[in-house]
Amino acid sequence: MAVLDSKVPEGPLEEKWVNHKNNINLVNPANKRNIDVIVVGTGLAGSSAAATLGELGYNVKTFCYNDSPRRAHSIAAQGGINAAKNYQGDGDSNYRLFYDTIKGGDYRSREANTYRLAEVSSNIIDQCVAQGVPFAREYGGLLDNRSFGGVLVSRTFYAAGQTGQQLLLGAYSALNRQINRGKVQPFNRHEMLDLVVVDGKARGIIARNLVTGEIERHGAHAVVIASGGYGNVFFLSTNAMGSNVMAAWRTHRRGAFFANPCYTQIHPTCIPVSGEHQSKLTLMSESLRNDGRIWVPKKKEDAEAIRAGKLKGVNIPEEDRDYYLERRYPAFGNLVPRDVASRAAKERCDAGYGVNKTGQAVYLDFEAAFKRYGKVEALTRGHKNASEEEMIKLGKEVIKKKYGNLFDMYQNISDDNPYEVPMKIFPAVHYTMGGLWVDYNLQTTIPGCFAAGEANFSDHGANRLGASALMQGLADGYFVLPYTIGDYLANEIRTGEISTDTPEFEQAEKDTKERIEKLMNASGKHSVDYYHKKLGLIMWNKCGMSRNATDLQKAMDEISELRADFWANVRVTGSADTKNQELEKAGRVADFLELGELFAKDALDRNESCGGHFREEYQTPEGEALRDDENYDYVAAWEYNENPRDAKLHKEELVFENVELKTRSYK
Amino acid sequence: MKLNLKIWRQEGPNVKGKLVDYPLDGVDGDMSFLEMMDILNEELINKGDVPVEFDHDCREGICGSCNMMINGEPHGPQKLTTTCQLHMRKFNDGDTITIEPWRAKAFPVVKDLIVDRSAFDRIQQAGGYISVNTSGNTQDANATPIEKEKADEAFWSATCIGCGACVAACKNASAMLFTSAKISQYALLPQGELEATQRVEAMVRQMDEEGFGNCSNTGACMVECPKGIKLENIARMNREYLKAEVVG
Repeated sequence: MAVLDSKVPEGPLEEKWVNHKNNINLVNPANKRNIDVIVVGTGLAGSSAAATLGELGYNVKTFCYNDSPRRAHSIAAQGGINAAKNYQGDGDSNYRLFYDTIKGGDYRSREANTYRLAEVSSNIIDQCVAQGVPFAREYGGLLDNRSFGGVLVSRTFYAAGQTGQQLLLGAYSALNRQINRGKVQPFNRHEMLDLVVVDGKARGIIARNLVTGEIERHGAHAVVIASGGYGNVFFLSTNAMGSNVMAAWRTHRRGAFFANPCYTQIHPTCIPVSGEHQSKLTLMSESLRNDGRIWVPKKKEDAEAIRAGKLKGVNIPEEDRDYYLERRYPAFGNLVPRDVASRAAKERCDAGYGVNKTGQAVYLDFEAAFKRYGKVEALTRGHKNASEEEMIKLGKEVIKKKYGNLFDMYQNISDDNPYEVPMKIFPAVHYTMGGLWVDYNLQTTIPGCFAAGEANFSDHGANRLGASALMQGLADGYFVLPYTIGDYLANEIRTGEISTDTPEFEQAEKDTKERIEKLMNASGKHSVDYYHKKLGLIMWNKCGMSRNATDLQKAMDEISELRADFWANVRVTGSADTKNQELEKAGRVADFLELGELFAKDALDRNESCGGHFREEYQTPEGEALRDDENYDYVAAWEYNENPRDAKLHKEELVFENVELKTRSYK
Repeated sequence: MKLNLKIWRQEGPNVKGKLVDYPLDGVDGDMSFLEMMDILNEELINKGDVPVEFDHDCREGICGSCNMMINGEPHGPQKLTTTCQLHMRKFNDGDTITIEPWRAKAFPVVKDLIVDRSAFDRIQQAGGYISVNTSGNTQDANATPIEKEKADEAFWSATCIGCGACVAACKNASAMLFTSAKISQYALLPQGELEATQRVEAMVRQMDEEGFGNCSNTGACMVECPKGIKLENIARMNREYLKAEVVG
């Protein structure tokens, strides 16, 4: 089988991308008109890629399960997007952004890809501003920045707490422009169900029209998978309800290697679970940690009294509060990376200091910020002798301007007013760093099949720093893929139109229809959600924030049993030839039931702790993650083999020529 | 709490629909409105019935998918809130709740509570963008300073989630709040000014072609908009349109 060739160009790190662009093949504009590209997924990566490919002259078809590309889950990203602009003059540079990302990812990402990401980051901001993305500005008219976890500079560009929305709408507008020009043809409310491979090359997809149920064949010279991550394997996550792994997983089933499935980011600041009915979790932007202080009571009896409803957090005096992040990590304090903050919260709650009914929550407190901002505001307004009360009132107004929508959302969900009492937060599954294995050109192990954004594995290593998902999605879509795909397509100019009347298309369509029939005809004991929730519990309890070998082995067995039960006993009502959300969910959960097992297998195989992968057997005496660079400094790329537990491991050894592997310390 | 739900069921665009009664027990105040619908659907599936189809996705109030008419109000009784962020604590034990799809000629019903809002996409495609290539060869982002107030105003116009509540709320099924929000965003930014004339003409033309009605200044759109998009946008759109007519 294929040896993993990362195709990283020769030469010094900072020249690799420029040299590569100078040397890869180009397609002449007249030939681009004869080449078709399919883009699956229309979030940041998919929309930006499709818009750019259309603009370059290729014929593009986009596919998304929503009724409009504008609803892709990228829209929910709150905090911001990083770029090494150094507008603040605080010492930022491409190298620093690259270094923070590599270090933040616990040295499990590819140097060359990560450097390229940092290199094109500045371009993204310029591009988005030119497209009319209304980033936050200072009074002088220049762009404003804030800072995020894991870094010591202010490099995050934002649009209130709705940055993802504005960036996605920007990419969507670029996409609309190409749709209007006829270069992009959108297939909304469509779902990719299979990849069609002909003579070893990706040549199209099988899709289902989610309104009519019709199974369609679409041919193309190349297929781009930009379908996002698989956090919903946990059932409860911050992902949109429909986010799924289908496109990537079906691609994997057709031969593309799936890399590092066990790398999951648990985001530290989410609204805690309130009850059994819960369908999803809501994230509170990490940017809140710029101004919020995280704490639990110092005394266990205080925590117990809070849980019993006899005491309120606001009434605990300053000296009895344990600001555990500031205590443990003085250099970064509340702004430590997400994996570190999440584990620290779990540690405190496990030790009995949790502050909600379930004991699974910590405080995120803005009291100090109200006072701090209020003082400055009072002075600048000329109130030299303002009372503390007045200052707090002014401070609340400042916070409202910065995070008002997040505070409102919190109040809506929790029924608590965060201007009066501290927020309660707890870690939740957020982003997945694993995904389809890709080389430097973002090509999977199937020639002609590319993966971009969260759907690939390449840039974040074992942990993603805040504000870097938006950066990667847009970098891949606007500035990387449009170049690298040309290298492949340059050899396709004589191919001619791809026929969908070949045995490969026929077979793929037949397989798809059989799968749907099987789902419709199972015995009908339990709903799809019943299985999804069961899988989610196994994943959270045994493959969640911390893992051990015994539990992982058990998880594999339990998932495999659950999968067998699902296929025999799932109940899908209605019919397959109309809109049928149960059938849609069933197809997705079927894939999660396979991916979950590979996830556990990957976690079991990695005998070390790194980033979002924490194995209890491998930790320092202080409870920090213990990496094993000698034995595990590789990308685990799994080859499909019928049963997930029989997947074959391929290793891409990671080479670090420009950074020294160090213990990640935020102290 | 116990509820009596009256839900619009319609198998397809060409089939007649009707309100069907569904009594539901065990609803908790901490549930979102959509989680309450999930429970109902779970019950229906367990009985072998076909669950109620409704659009939803992010459940964080930002994707704009959810679109229920609840007791005659788009997104229900709570102001500035999408259905997914509406919680059952806003209702009382024993309440009867009527749940219907958006109703507008330009939003045909797909199934049950799901309507086809692709007309919104087509309005945007007609010109809701700035014609700049995605090449990355743009000038530095700070080369053109933008007044903070203007940037903020553009941002607030840009926060429209495209859910369609404005259309559903309007007795004329007008899409002017939606269209004007997008026109405003670009009209306020120096980058978007250059093609303002063509943009407003193209988008308004498309809006009319899709079968949306006209604005008669009742303001229901703003009252029901979950994002608080302002009526000023419509005034700005009218000014921009007039300007385009005069210039054009």
